Amino acid sequence: MARTRPLSPHLQVYRPQLTSMMSIAHRASGIVLTTGTLVLAAWLVALALGAESYALLAGLLAHPLGQFVLFGYSVALIYHALNGLRHLGWDFGYGLTLSEVYRNGHMVLFLTLVLTAGLWLTVLL
Amino acid sequence: MAEFTLPANSKITSGTHHKAPDGASNVRTFQIYRWSPDDDANPRLDRFDVDLDDCGPMVLDALIKIKSEQDSSLTFRRSCREGICGSCSMNIDGTNTLACLKSISEVKGEVKIFPLPHMPVVKDLVPDLSNAYRQLASIEPWLKADEDAPDGEERRQSPEQREKLDGLWECVLCFSCSTACPSYWWNSDEYLGPAVLLQAYRWVADSRDERTDERLDALDDSFALYRCHTIMNCAKTCPKGLNPGKAIAGIKSEIASR
Repeated sequence: MARTRPLSPHLQVYRPQLTSMMSIAHRASGIVLTTGTLVLAAWLVALALGAESYALLAGLLAHPLGQFVLFGYSVALIYHALNGLRHLGWDFGYGLTLSEVYRNGHMVLFLTLVLTAGLWLTVLL
Repeated sequence: MAEFTLPANSKITSGTHHKAPDGASNVRTFQIYRWSPDDDANPRLDRFDVDLDDCGPMVLDALIKIKSEQDSSLTFRRSCREGICGSCSMNIDGTNTLACLKSISEVKGEVKIFPLPHMPVVKDLVPDLSNAYRQLASIEPWLKADEDAPDGEERRQSPEQREKLDGLWECVLCFSCSTACPSYWWNSDEYLGPAVLLQAYRWVADSRDERTDERLDALDDSFALYRCHTIMNCAKTCPKGLNPGKAIAGIKSEIASR
């Protein structure tokens, strides 16, 4: 009797593709957004509680670590929104040929970079 | 639930190195996944040095040369050697394709060859496709009509109706796409996968088929169809240049608009 068949390698050997990497990034950014919404909620609660609590939270967010969290949230928001539009197009049947998938994928990555940079330049300058 | 690592019996160990014969002028190393049901060993990665000056241009040529000259126990499926039978599908240099259509010169460095990903291995590069074939049977891939052909001879199509089957009929069922799909890796028990869904759409799109509604009813399932998240690894890897992701979008659109 033959032994239990092994499972052939998958993630271990498959070369990362733009297609699958952007898909997993869409999920990851979605998770970041869900978590980040807690920060937004905390901000609103702090605001409602008055000047003192607001100052405390504002102080936390001004800390480099807080800024990093806000930066991550903004990248995730912009990427997820743009890639969400890409998915919306696909759901209507547009942009599904392989060359279009690559073109609109590159466009999403490029616009994420530009919009994130633009947002932070506006904030910081 | 998705398992991202390999089970203990599937972990790959290093294997033996088969050197090229003396006087070989243009040596390239092929790393090949090996597993035999006849001993207790885990899968291993053997290395074969092949003289490309004495070998055909395709990866399949190298595999055949290795089998005839270096290790006759090397096991793989092949038949037509021209991309029409779909037998020699495997993972070469990190993506799935047909060994007969993949030229060695496209690969940089050592050529890594594995069976189609996330499948039970029968031996070496031969995956067990039983589940995929069962799924193919489940979509009933044949023409269904209640009446005989109108003129008693054949069911005619307009050129426009026939055109809708282009990009679908060319599939050779090599399952490169399904085994490139992370969603199929994690859900192959219920998700039909890109290859089978492309076949399903081939019959949905066929003007001669009279059971379109019945077919769409069967497909309208959160796992069988909607585990497709438009990742599009399928279209990227298809050795025939087909687009299963687009065909699946076609099924979703037919269901949404009826």
